[in-house]
Amino acid sequence: MANTADIKVTADALDKATPKRHARKQDPIAILRWILLMAGGILMVMPIVYMISTSLKWPHEIYNLSIIPEEPTLDNYAYVLEDGRFYMWFLNSLIIATVTTVSAVLFDALVGYTLCKFQFRGRMIVFVAILSTLMIPTEMLVIPWYLMAKNFGWLDTYWGIMFPGIMTAFGTFLMKQFFESVPDDFLEAARIDGLNEFQIWWRVAMPMVKPALAALAIFIFLGNWTAFIWPLIVTNSPELYTLPVGLTTFSVEQSVQWELIMTGAALATIPTLIVFLIFQRFIIRGVVMAGLKG
Amino acid sequence: MGWYANLTIKQKQVVWAWTFLSLPILFYCVIRFYPTLNAITLSFQDWNLLGDRTWNGLDNYGKLFADPVFWKVFKNTFVYLLLGTPVSLVFSFIVAYHLDKVRFMHGTIRALYFLPFMTSTVAMAWLWRWFYQPVPIGLFNNALASVGIPQFPFLSSTTWALPSILAPAVWAGLGFQIIIFMAGLRAIPQTYYEAARIDGVGPWTILWRITLPLLKPTIVFLVVLSSIGFLRIFDQVFNMTSNNPGGPLNSTKPLVLMIYETAFDSFDMGYAAAQTVVLFIILLAVSLAQLYIMRDK
Repeated sequence: MANTADIKVTADALDKATPKRHARKQDPIAILRWILLMAGGILMVMPIVYMISTSLKWPHEIYNLSIIPEEPTLDNYAYVLEDGRFYMWFLNSLIIATVTTVSAVLFDALVGYTLCKFQFRGRMIVFVAILSTLMIPTEMLVIPWYLMAKNFGWLDTYWGIMFPGIMTAFGTFLMKQFFESVPDDFLEAARIDGLNEFQIWWRVAMPMVKPALAALAIFIFLGNWTAFIWPLIVTNSPELYTLPVGLTTFSVEQSVQWELIMTGAALATIPTLIVFLIFQRFIIRGVVMAGLKG
Repeated sequence: MGWYANLTIKQKQVVWAWTFLSLPILFYCVIRFYPTLNAITLSFQDWNLLGDRTWNGLDNYGKLFADPVFWKVFKNTFVYLLLGTPVSLVFSFIVAYHLDKVRFMHGTIRALYFLPFMTSTVAMAWLWRWFYQPVPIGLFNNALASVGIPQFPFLSSTTWALPSILAPAVWAGLGFQIIIFMAGLRAIPQTYYEAARIDGVGPWTILWRITLPLLKPTIVFLVVLSSIGFLRIFDQVFNMTSNNPGGPLNSTKPLVLMIYETAFDSFDMGYAAAQTVVLFIILLAVSLAQLYIMRDK
């Protein structure tokens, strides 16, 4: 298991340009390598390009293999957005993913900090107990969660969709690792200055692990944004659907109208792609940092 | 707060620690541990959600192991794993290995490979489902037809449906594995390579004797992570076979889809719980086996 310092080093290294030693100009192998990698990369995004291209085509044209639509149209988008369901699902997903992310990041950081910086009996037991929940697959819990939601009247509510994710063992572990890099002297100095333990956590320790918090936030947000099986189980009314569940329902409805299905798929994809293109470096860094937790 | 003022600094810290942990401990008990025990208990009971929960011993497990559909599903689940993990790891390693040596437009190429990881699984499942449609709708078959190759039965064939569903799952995951591999490659100290080059060691030997052994922690991490992912495959299958879930003829049905159908279509909660316990055991066994095989010798 790599430690936190290693993770930071590698995450930083990703941002730096590749060392000069590789830049042998006119090396035919290097040129071939670049061409093949570029071709592979273009091939990787072709499916997405075709999705967007088809969403701009008229029904009679979707059989055409050309990427550029002959007569581009936004009619599909107008049709799909007309009844307002996509806005609703988008908003639901946004609210649920945001609230869950904020909650999980704060609680995971608090628990990670407590398990890292406090000395008390039972600390290891709590840590191992939380860590052991990583082994339990969500699929094993969905049935009991469903029963719980049913008993408490949480079916078909935002809270019902969110409650399983408001804290994560993964984030707790990640944050505990990162708080190791915060020197105890800083916390001790704050203690002498008369800050209470909550203030020390919030005002002294938290600002020092901001990159880790951002990385965890990206990871948790992505997970919640694309979550499918639990929202599918816990929601019944279309007003409560998240974007993935809504898209499934919508696509099943359209059955053979692939240009409309592609429009729906594009609507679900484009916002994340835009966000990715703007914050590319930041997101890749975050995913590496969070991904290499252990 | 008189009692608090009288505590030593150590004691105050203990009070704070348990205060911070109180809500989380409640959460992990109620939302993680209790449901786990509940699922295990339920797997020894018979319950259709409306009537009474009655104990039926090992009946659910007996029924499961006697069910030919379960064995079919069991096999499918492992085919997803055994095809998906090696294919995606080999591809992502090759790309990462070469991309690591490229400077010109490095960030752009990396972004191209990473882009599919940022998409919604459900949207991509429907996109690929369109690709796989027969002539004159599907992109792949149209492309084949345009060069005179007969149609390929992608999703309608019991042989090819599973790999067809697996393809977008592998595709979407590549970007993540590539950047993790690249981070691993960057963490290998340059001095090893320099020493090897001075000794006149060829690139293949460097790859097999230096790069791959030193990359082992990264490889173990990705193998375990992607195995767990493929063993739990659901979203793609559910969306790409929604007219006949897990079809044709259960040839693509993974364990999680069987669990979903048993619990939320048939409402056979005890039987579904038994299936989840089996899934849990499989995941645990596969993770432990891999960690054992790949352990440091």
